[in-house]
Amino acid sequence: MDVRFWTYLLVGLSFALYIGIAIWTRAGSTGEFYVAGGGVPKIANGMATAADWMSAASFISMAGLISTMGRDGSVYLMGWTGGYVLLALLLAPYLRRFGKFTVPDFIGDRYYSSTARVVAVICAIFVSFTYVAGQMRGVGVVFSRFLEVEVETGVIIGMVIVLFYSVLGGMKGITYTQVAQYCVLICAYLVPAIFISLMLTNNPVPQLGFLSDAAGTSTGLVEKLDGIGKDLGFKSYTDGHKPMADVFAITLALMVGTAGLPHVIVRFYTVKKVSDARTSAFWALLLIAVLYTTAPAVAIFARTNLLDTVAGKPYVEMPEWFKKWEDSGLIAWVDKDADGLIRYDGTGPAIEKMAGSKKVEPKFVALSDKMARGFHGERVLLNEPTDVTNELYVDADIIVLANPEIAKLPAWVIGLVAAGGLAAALSTAAGLLLVISTSVAHDLFKRTLNPSISEKGELMLARVAAGVAVVIAGYFGVKPPGFVAQVVAFAFGLAASSFFPAIVLGIFTKRINRQGAVAGMVSGLLFTATYIWYFSFGFFGVQGTPDQYWFGISPEGIGALGMVVNFVVAIVVSMVTPPPPAYIGELVERIRLPRAAFGEEDSGPSAH
Amino acid sequence: MEKPTHLPSEAARQRYWRQNLKWLTILLGCWFAVSFGCGVLLADFLDRFTVPGSKVKLGFWMAQQGSIYCFVILIAVYARVMNRLDWELLQGTDGAGSEAS
Repeated sequence: MDVRFWTYLLVGLSFALYIGIAIWTRAGSTGEFYVAGGGVPKIANGMATAADWMSAASFISMAGLISTMGRDGSVYLMGWTGGYVLLALLLAPYLRRFGKFTVPDFIGDRYYSSTARVVAVICAIFVSFTYVAGQMRGVGVVFSRFLEVEVETGVIIGMVIVLFYSVLGGMKGITYTQVAQYCVLICAYLVPAIFISLMLTNNPVPQLGFLSDAAGTSTGLVEKLDGIGKDLGFKSYTDGHKPMADVFAITLALMVGTAGLPHVIVRFYTVKKVSDARTSAFWALLLIAVLYTTAPAVAIFARTNLLDTVAGKPYVEMPEWFKKWEDSGLIAWVDKDADGLIRYDGTGPAIEKMAGSKKVEPKFVALSDKMARGFHGERVLLNEPTDVTNELYVDADIIVLANPEIAKLPAWVIGLVAAGGLAAALSTAAGLLLVISTSVAHDLFKRTLNPSISEKGELMLARVAAGVAVVIAGYFGVKPPGFVAQVVAFAFGLAASSFFPAIVLGIFTKRINRQGAVAGMVSGLLFTATYIWYFSFGFFGVQGTPDQYWFGISPEGIGALGMVVNFVVAIVVSMVTPPPPAYIGELVERIRLPRAAFGEEDSGPSAH
Repeated sequence: MEKPTHLPSEAARQRYWRQNLKWLTILLGCWFAVSFGCGVLLADFLDRFTVPGSKVKLGFWMAQQGSIYCFVILIAVYARVMNRLDWELLQGTDGAGSEAS
């Protein structure tokens, strides 16, 4: 039974499971559609939150990024988990008590302004679309690499599945599907990690393997990797290479940006009480931490294995996986010195960028061409070789996707990884689609354009909006705009410099008024957007260079500074304008205390 | 959480909020210390030490593993503390909650 058989079997079984759950948990009301009726058990909600939170990027790309960046990759680990702490402590309990479905609802009511509400809706929709396009792309990538179908076909299959269970089940369907998806993705991540940890360190727990000696030696595994890397001219794995100010800013921007992600905030509405929301937040972070503490171990294991297997070895002796992933463009070799040996070192990229592409990506001569293969059987590249001695191109995604094959694990493990990658992408995509449909049906129509719409009409509208959103997201998944990488950085910066300060100030001060909040959001956004745009695209043909960075902060981390700008402007403007009306003070008072302190039951959000 | 027999006094409500802010300050202080403190600002200093019983540099480990464990503990503490504060406010066991009833 080969890899293909296992992949089809495991992916097929997992899809059947998701569809079965969707049929079993159909939503009948807007309350069930938006927040699952607020009646999801704590641990189940924790698992769903974890699946929501961990995207295709967490599953497929993160370990690879860490593996390539070494110490500097810590920004993703700390940024994405630390942001969850901010969310759980500063935002979630209060928004939950506020008792409405969405973040724009809060911004609109707290700042008594429908302009603020509409600005927040637009931000929420933009952030969600950016993310969901990335997830659909992730689905396409997994399909094309494991099942050998076109990326486009893969995206369409993913769209149909997501459409089916999010449109039918709403939040209720999505929640219980995400519980199943968490189980699938965490098994898929842990099983290969445990196998490889045993092989490399004799310790079955990857987190402990990270600390252990390499099997059969008295050298620490991390030390050994640093040693091999140094011999090949790579920068030290365990030392930082980015300026400290930049690491600080990127970590902060990622933390604050993720804390403002609308699809995770909504997860706190799906349990019965605020106290349950806190407990479920704990479960969620614990379950997220299982993957996030395994990732740096996987990064080290995979890098050690990769260097051992590939560096300095003849191409003709490369195992099967090398050729397979060469065909998918994740790895490429150009024999610069014509010795048939793969020279892999830290001198820089092996190949030049193709004209018109944003990053270094290998393009091969088509297989149908008689020049398709070089002297040793390698795929011939269209890219020009660079001047440096390094001959190997390695895509960061290969670290997770090819990890089981590099370590020679059985075929079913490889199939499991495919199912896990799909689970991670689908669960996040579904959560985001729901935010988009809620934003359109609830915030835009019900609250702004047509308040008299019936519940049935709103539910219908929410379903249609989810359907349209899937199609648009799928389109971006098939034809990703060339600026996707910048847009993702932009989404984090946007969330960090707009939502987060407005929500925090709205909860912890009573003095911040409409003028302050709107001025703060607009100036934070403009500042961040201008900085990113200047360094990514430039103005009137003048583009910034890294030596012009303020305090050495790259566009990736500028959201942190944008957040500070937002805070300062909001406070100063509020001080010089009249205080908000008295009933806003009461509203703030009410979200600071348990509902029961006012003699009310904590019954969850209401539609009105 | 059962429904209270009486509503907490204004003083009890203010005490609840002050306690809430106090715990937030403590927990966010720890959050900053383990991530930005140990993982970024003091990382070079901590790298002179190793994780007990292994050969991995402490600053590197804090940035890649340790800070995440601390985050989980912080949220666990937060959930416990806040659930207790809620209970005290609503049951009036802090001695002042029953004044206004």
